[in-house]
Amino acid sequence: MQASSPALTAHDLACRRGERLLFRRLSFALAPGAACHVTGVNGAGKTTLIRVLAGLTTPYAGTVTRKGTLGLLDERSGLDPDLPLGRALAFWFGLDDTAGRDAIIARLRLGGLLDVPVRYLSTGQKKRAALARLLGQRASVWLLDEPLSGLDTASQALVNELVREHCASGGIAMIASHQPLGVPGITNFAIEDHAPQGEDA
Amino acid sequence: MIAALLRRDLAQFFPFAGGGAALPVVFFVAVAMLYPFAVGPDANLMTKTGGGVVWIAALLAAILPLEKLVARDIELGFFDQLKLRGVTEEAMMAVRLIAHWLSFGPPLVLATFPAAALLKIEGETFSILLLGLLAGTPGLAAIGLIIAALTASLRAGAALSGLLLIPLALPILIFGAGALARQDQVSLGFVAAISLALVALAPFAAGAAIRAAREN
Repeated sequence: MQASSPALTAHDLACRRGERLLFRRLSFALAPGAACHVTGVNGAGKTTLIRVLAGLTTPYAGTVTRKGTLGLLDERSGLDPDLPLGRALAFWFGLDDTAGRDAIIARLRLGGLLDVPVRYLSTGQKKRAALARLLGQRASVWLLDEPLSGLDTASQALVNELVREHCASGGIAMIASHQPLGVPGITNFAIEDHAPQGEDA
Repeated sequence: MIAALLRRDLAQFFPFAGGGAALPVVFFVAVAMLYPFAVGPDANLMTKTGGGVVWIAALLAAILPLEKLVARDIELGFFDQLKLRGVTEEAMMAVRLIAHWLSFGPPLVLATFPAAALLKIEGETFSILLLGLLAGTPGLAAIGLIIAALTASLRAGAALSGLLLIPLALPILIFGAGALARQDQVSLGFVAAISLALVALAPFAAGAAIRAAREN
């Protein structure tokens, strides 16, 4: 169900949090198959950038154009904490009309956790569950905010693998992360390069 | 997609589906049960004032579910995920309004039967009370949803929403309880009209509120 040719472009973006300007004059264009790694210190505006790109927050200035369906993975899983994992995931799979649910669950090693209420899952398990939700959505543009945090080495490798596959099949991935990513051909993008200088801080 | 959403919301909020959602109904019956103990078993007095007590109990019961109504799903990122799938905030809130009303309006109306028996409300008064609650609870649900959405991002939101609901619910209470005192059904028309206006307004007001909550 991947859109014919997804695209994600930002033109002259500027974002504020409260009264503080986080970054400005930020532009990029991602073509199908492109992966982009956003780095920056805590509070530099990585999460804000991801949310602006997702259309959840309006930028202070500039425009974002999106083509294709958007998938968002951040620290909030969107899974009902009181439900067993299987039912919580089934809600999103149903909404997204997901095919191959069992394969997704097996791939993220969630098979043994389906009866466990989401609130009892560990940070890493929750992250894997959120990844399952993301995979089930089959979105063509992935916006990932700290996808590796809380994951063990094997799961981190899996995330890299998933991103590689996603991009190889023509998808776009925008990843904000502190950790290095093992995705060949990924472009790096430091948000500090766009931090306001003295004159417009 | 809307049907799946409604099913999920109902599972969250419907009484006895878990999560203490039956509390408003229990609270409502408890007030009706306590009233005769407090004022004494004077049948005349209870018949005269019982309807008003039921209305106050209904209004207070409407406050109880507000804490979880919107704030929880904002924290969960639930609305964000829906937004990415092209669901508008107005649709999310319209579904939430239906689920919220279904989970407390009809159960409250059913609970009015035991409550009325405890308070010696019978005959014409009882039917006016029942119709009034049926007409008024959608309005109470709508006010509750708007307030829950507006206060979702505030630290003391839950406490505040209770205080905010009371003045806004006054018109419904005045016409609803007033219909009992005068034994006239015309006031019920006013209750229904107020409810209708609030129900029409609520998805837009609450939708705008959760959009605004996202910006900070």
